[in-house]
Formats: sequence, C-alpha cells, structure tokens
Amino acid sequence: MIDVALNVNSCSYTKPAGFEALADALLRTDPGVDRTSLYLRAEASDFLRFNKAALRQATSVQQAYVTIAVERGQRRAEGTLALGGELSLDAQRLRAERALLISQLDLISDDPWLLRPETASHSTRDDRGALPEAGHVMTLVHELASVKLKQDFVGFYAGGPVVHAFADSLGSRHWHRVASFHFDWCLYHRADQAMKSVYAGVRWDDAAFSTKLEEAARSVRLLAREARTLEPGAYRAALSTSAMVELLRTLGWSGFSLKARRTGVSSLMRFQRGEAEFAPGFDLDEAIADGASPCFTAEGFMRPPRVALVDAGTLPTSGGTLNSPRSSAEYGVAANGAEADEEPEALRLGAGTLLQGELLETLDTGLYISNLWYLNYSDRQACRMTGMTRYACFWVEHGKLVAPINVMRFDDDAMRLLGSGLVGLTDAPEFTPSSDTYGCRHLGSVTTPAAVVEGFRLTL
Amino acid sequence: MSEFSEQLSVRQDLTEVPRRSQDDGAMVTVVDGGLGYAATSDLSQAGLRAAFERAHALARASAGRTVCDYQGIERAAASGRYASRVERPAASATLPEKLGWLQEVCAAAGSSDARIVDRHATLWSARTEQLYLTSDGARTEQQWEFMTPSVQVTASANGVTQIRSSAGQYSGFCQQGGIEVIERSGFRSSEGPRVAREAVELVGAAPCPSGSMELLLMPDQMMLQIHESIGHPLELDRILGDERNFAGTSFVSLAMFGNYQYGSELLNVSFDPQQADEFAGFAFDDDGTPAERALLIERGLLKRALGGSLSQARARAQGFDVGGVATTRSSSWNRAPIDRMSNLNVEPGSSTLEQMIGSIEHGVVMHTNCSWSIDDSRNKFQFGCEYARMVRHGRLAEVVRNPNYRGISATFWRSLSMVGDASTVDVMGTPFCGKGEPSQVIRVGHASPACKFSKVDVFGCAQ
Repeated sequence: MIDVALNVNSCSYTKPAGFEALADALLRTDPGVDRTSLYLRAEASDFLRFNKAALRQATSVQQAYVTIAVERGQRRAEGTLALGGELSLDAQRLRAERALLISQLDLISDDPWLLRPETASHSTRDDRGALPEAGHVMTLVHELASVKLKQDFVGFYAGGPVVHAFADSLGSRHWHRVASFHFDWCLYHRADQAMKSVYAGVRWDDAAFSTKLEEAARSVRLLAREARTLEPGAYRAALSTSAMVELLRTLGWSGFSLKARRTGVSSLMRFQRGEAEFAPGFDLDEAIADGASPCFTAEGFMRPPRVALVDAGTLPTSGGTLNSPRSSAEYGVAANGAEADEEPEALRLGAGTLLQGELLETLDTGLYISNLWYLNYSDRQACRMTGMTRYACFWVEHGKLVAPINVMRFDDDAMRLLGSGLVGLTDAPEFTPSSDTYGCRHLGSVTTPAAVVEGFRLTL
Repeated sequence: MSEFSEQLSVRQDLTEVPRRSQDDGAMVTVVDGGLGYAATSDLSQAGLRAAFERAHALARASAGRTVCDYQGIERAAASGRYASRVERPAASATLPEKLGWLQEVCAAAGSSDARIVDRHATLWSARTEQLYLTSDGARTEQQWEFMTPSVQVTASANGVTQIRSSAGQYSGFCQQGGIEVIERSGFRSSEGPRVAREAVELVGAAPCPSGSMELLLMPDQMMLQIHESIGHPLELDRILGDERNFAGTSFVSLAMFGNYQYGSELLNVSFDPQQADEFAGFAFDDDGTPAERALLIERGLLKRALGGSLSQARARAQGFDVGGVATTRSSSWNRAPIDRMSNLNVEPGSSTLEQMIGSIEHGVVMHTNCSWSIDDSRNKFQFGCEYARMVRHGRLAEVVRNPNYRGISATFWRSLSMVGDASTVDVMGTPFCGKGEPSQVIRVGHASPACKFSKVDVFGCAQ
C-alpha cells in the first residue's frame, strides 16, 4: 500500500511547490494586460484493463497541462501547453506563449460578454489517498477472479492523484488534489448478461474489494435463469441508483444550462415555462461541496457549495440554472460557478421515503433496471429520452427476482417519469464518482437514491 | 507525438475567446513477459528513461497474467512516411483572416431574421506529427492536417424551437487538408444561408409522421448509420470481449466472418486509409502495420473484421482466421492503441438521387444526425435527424421536423434497396468517436452515397 510517491519530472506538478514556482515565474505585473492566469490539470494514473480475468493492457500515464490566459479590457486569449516538468523550460515556453497571446489581443475584437473575477480568491483541498500499486491489483484479480472464483471478469482500474490548480496575477491561488481509485467490473454469465460492480474511494482495502467481488460472483448466478423477452409497453419499474445516474446525467445535457434555456434548446423548457413539474419530493442540486470537483473554475471563479436546480419539484426562485460567466454577462443573471458548458458536475438528488432495503417489495411486480445505457433525446423539446437496458435487469413478481430480461429499448418522457410517474425515491442516496477518463480522469459525481416509477415505456 | 490545434468561434456576430493548444508527449511500450505502457509529457532523456522503467515494471508485473502471449505476437518492422495532402496550410491564414471568415458566415446565417435566435460559426484546425520507433527496426513518420468548419443555427417561432447545422452538431464535415477544405465545404459561400433557411423551414414544419415507410438517408446521416451499426460491431476487440465493461460487445461473433449475410447484395463496405482527404487516412497504424484498402463487406457478405495485427492473432489463437486491417490506433500519446474505425465507407452503387426519390411511393428523406442510441451489442438502434422531407408518389414533398427511425442492425442492412452513385457521395467523418478504457476520442472518416431502405419504422414527435 502506498501514498503515491511521485518523483519524476512531470509529476512535480502534482505537488503545490511546482505549480507555485510556475506561478511566481509567470504572473508578474505586466502593463500590457489586466490579468494573466494559469490553470493546471495534472495526473499520475495507473490504468489496468482486464478481460476474462486476465490483463489486457497496463498503462501508466503522467501528464500535466497548463492553460495560460491573458486579458485586457474586454479581450481574452488562451493557450494550453503540455508541460514536461523541468521548471525553467516550462516557464520559458509559457512566457513565449504569453507573449504570443498578448499579441493576439490586438487582433481580436472586444467581447462584451467577457467576465472575470473582480477579486482574488483562495482555496486548498488535498485528499491524500492510500492506493494500491498496479502489480498488487493485477495479483488480486488473478488470485480472486481467475483462480478462486473462476469468473469471466472484465474490468477497468484507474487510480492515482489528480490535480486542478489555478493562479492569477490578481493574487488568486487554488490547489485541489484528490488521490483516488475507481475500479468497475462485470462478471459475465453469457452474451450480454453480466453483473456490474464498482469499488471506488481514496483508501484501498483488499478485504473490501474481495467482499464486493465475491458478492458479485454470488449474484451472477441469478443470470443463469432463462431470460425473458418483454413485449413493448408500459411497465412499473424500479430504477437502481446506477440507472438513476444515467437519467440524471442525461438531464444535465442541456437541461440546466442558462444559455440553453434562453435559446430554447434545453430539454427542460416545459419545466422552465411551468408546463411540467417534477414530483413534489424531488429536490435536485448541483452540490460541489459534496463531490470531488474543485470549488473553483478554470477561469478562477469560486463555485458556491450548492445551486438549487429543482426545489420540491418546481423551479427554484433562483432560476434553477447553471450560469457560466459568459451567459451571466449576456443574459444579465448572476454567475453561479458553472464552467462554459453549463453542465452539472456534482448532481445531488435528495432522499425519498422508500426504504432502500425494500425496493423490490415496493416495486412488487414489474421491471428491475440495474443499468441503463446510451441515453439520448428522441425529442429534446419534450424531454423525451431513449436508451437501452443493460446488464442485470430482471422481471420481478411479488418483490422477488424471477428472471433476467433481454435488453430492451425505452423511449419515454423523463419529466413524466420523474414527475407524475414517480412512485417514490429511496431513503439512502448513493455517491457515484465519475468513471470518465476521456483525455484525463474526471472528478465529477452524481449522488442519487434509487426510484420506483409507473409506466416506463419499452418500445423495441 | 505532437499536435497543435486552434479553435475559433464567432457566436451572435461576437468573436469568442480564441484557443490554442500544443500537446507533446510520448508513449513507451515494453513487451517482457507481459505488456506495459507508460506515457509521459516529459520528453527529456531522463523523462523517457523513467517512462521506459515504468512500462517495463508493468510488463514484468503482468507476466503470465495477460489475455495472450504478447511476446509471441509478430510485429511489423515497417518504415515509411505519410503526410496529408495540403494545398494551403491552416497556418497560412492569419488570425484576423480566419475570424473574418467566421464573422461572414455567422452574419449570413440569418442575422436579419427575428426567428433566428442563435447563430454560431466555428473553425477547428489541427496539425499532428507522429514518430513511431521500435527496437526491432520499425520507423514511421506521419503528419496530418485536419480542418473542421461548422455553422449552427437555432430558430424559434410559434412555440417550436429547432437546431439546424451545416453537417451535424458534432462536426460531421471534417477532412484532412488546409484552407482548401473550407472552400470545398461551401462553408463561406453557401452554408450560412442554407442552414438558416432550413432552420426556419423546420420551425414551420409539422412533426414527422409515424409508420413503416421507405427511408432515404443522405450521406450526413449515413455516416452515423455506418459508424454505429457496421463500424462498432465489426471492431475485433469488442468481439473478443475487451470492451464489455464499457463500450459493449457485438452481435457479430468470430464464427460469422466469411459466411454471414450482413446486408443486401447492394452493400459493399470498405476500409480505405488511402481515400484522398478523408479524415482518418494514414499509411501505418499505431502498431506500425502498413495500411491498405480492403473490403469488409462485399455484396452483403461479411468478409473481414476491423481489427489490427494483435486482435487478429488473438482470434487465430481461438481458431478463427477472420482477417483484419491495419487499424490499431491511439487517440494521442497518453493512450495505448486499440482497434478503431478509421476511414470506413459504403461504396457507391448505380442509382442517381432522382431515381431513388422517384422510386419512393411513400417515404421520407432524412439529413444530418442529431440523436443516436444503440444497445451494447450494436443491434437495436434508434437515430434522430435534424431535417427531413416527405416523399410522395416519387416526388419530394413537405419538410417535417423531429424525424426518427429505429431498427435492428442484423436486419436493417438487408433492407437496403438502392445505393446512390458516385454523384451522391459525400466524404464526411467525426472528430468524436469514443471508446476504450481509459477512454479515447478519435478521428474517424465515413464516405457514403445516399442509400434507400425499405419498410423502416419511422416516427416523429408528439406535437
């Protein structure tokens, strides 16, 4: 077990001193600009992917990117460089980039919607993890999944420190370092039927991993029962927290964006216009304080710990939108910590009253959906979504799992599902960290309870 | 690997922040007992040595626990070069020139029409250089230039809001080359007014009707249809199970190659890394294997997988010689290579567009993908488009909005009833094909003629 020690050049940026030295070298007062800023994203990650309980690829990635931005009046230009880790060389390259960006300011026009922080701000978060070495994870998977349990194990481990840091010539300094791991895997019974599990956190525990894996191995036996193919139609359904994560993430795709609301392309336009509401007990926030995302943005704005998006099923008085600085200036609404894409990073749906341990009893007879997959909008204006069931979904009768189902497509109005169709939410919301690794390891999360809904429409 | 990119944007006639990026790094691969990769942005001698040591340690740690014997896999020892055909490099135009073009396109996209509520023109250019070296003598040098112009308009009237774009909201018109790509796309000359006009048409249009009907897909929707229901299912690593924890598996099995009728006899699908100007052309894949054109599906028969040398060897070890192509690729220096689509094309047929429309008694023509969803075996799909027109009695009729269709890959391609000739072909692609653990977004090309499908389940929106 190690608290990842980093000693090669590029990883100096996963320690505060390296970034501070860069900031000292770059953020001097410059009469040619009003503000210069640096935004660092760095990580030292181990990636292990397994297929049939054997290693497919093992990759160590050490990367550091700095976005340097210069602003003068209503003009801003920015450039991003991959840094090698040798401070003097990196600083030299960033100085050259800054000079080029300053020259670009003369070539662009004023942007009336450019907004920047008025004052300096500071924050520090440093979550030190206890993470396993890559070789140790390979050994565990071999000994448990292959030798002991003899499972068709296919999975992906990602672990190591991730850093976001910000500094500007106004004096702002932010440091956000999270050392964590995320290991998700499937135990396959056959074809597309599998039991999906996740073990994630900041302190690795062999026993906890072993317990989760053995639980999954017991559960996968349920998939040996003969699968049913359901007819298209409307079904009472229990949505696991994983399925709810997919629904909520898709809602976050344009749903809460201020710009999308103002240009009429948000999936929640009916909600915005008061034509549809969520269920009365539906409270949804962007809760940065509860997640692993930084409390500052790439442009150096502070993010509030909580932004209400849905308040008891209705539009909050604050508007219920995520407002980037640019939209804020354009539409005359206060910014509230959103990045430029105005998508949530730490959604939190409040608890309901259904007992988590009695989810299937509450469902009684219907469909248990463990996972949803590949969601998209079939009619964005109407908040109608489509997607597939995936992995271990079951037909349930009288609160008991009866048979796995073959994958089915749904196409339904998500506002109705989470509004008049919502029977209830469970009392124990679960924190689900993002497993997204496009370009870098992402720090987003969704916290949500499971749900029971009426009339879940299957179409194919 | 070294990539410089520039992203420029004008929205509502205002120049947004110009963004530049310079990304440099290296991936070291070591085979010693097992297999290890280490990526670093530290390109000093010490940094590369440290990366080698990390990769070596991973290779040793994985020895005896890997999905196959990596030491026994034969590797190509190719040497050679590739460069995109570029007439006018992106760098030959100044920043004010490029921003000026975007200003013109944005202004031309309905700036005087009150129904147009949002206009956005973007230009994304990239120049990538790659050096591939192996200890057994391979050395390839490749460089590419990529250009992606796009304009998107939102129109709103009478309670209806619609988005129309030049080639999809995720940049379907993208090619290798420089400024000439912008010229041949019509971006500066015609795309702004066309996109605005069609957006306005859509807000005044009725919803697409529902029912089983003839479906004519234009190339900017065909590219998505090819991508999701031919490209991904034929990826050999999916078939071998590598992606089952994330991107999914495939309804195609190793036993199907050589005998499975994937589509009608009109269907011919090629892997074509040498197609001029197409987005994902190259001479060598990221395993150093020389890339050559090959038919994956011929007269509807499945012949060959989308898998590189490693996956082909793994399939052979299971008793299946499924063939393959040189398409093992990484999205960048910080990701290990896996089987990807590259240039994956439907070959042209013999029908003119007029003949195809004229053959339709009751049907719909769909343009430009805006919604896509498919199951993890790449079988049950549902796709939506930005723009459609009904066809009645062999003639184009009214515009309809929110057109969608659904089907099953295993049967859909067998309903292919006409394939357009070369005059209907467009060379499209996407910069955003996602897959892999860790995940990788990669550039893919798709050239296709217009294609007609029979008895497809089509539907629209409620209101």
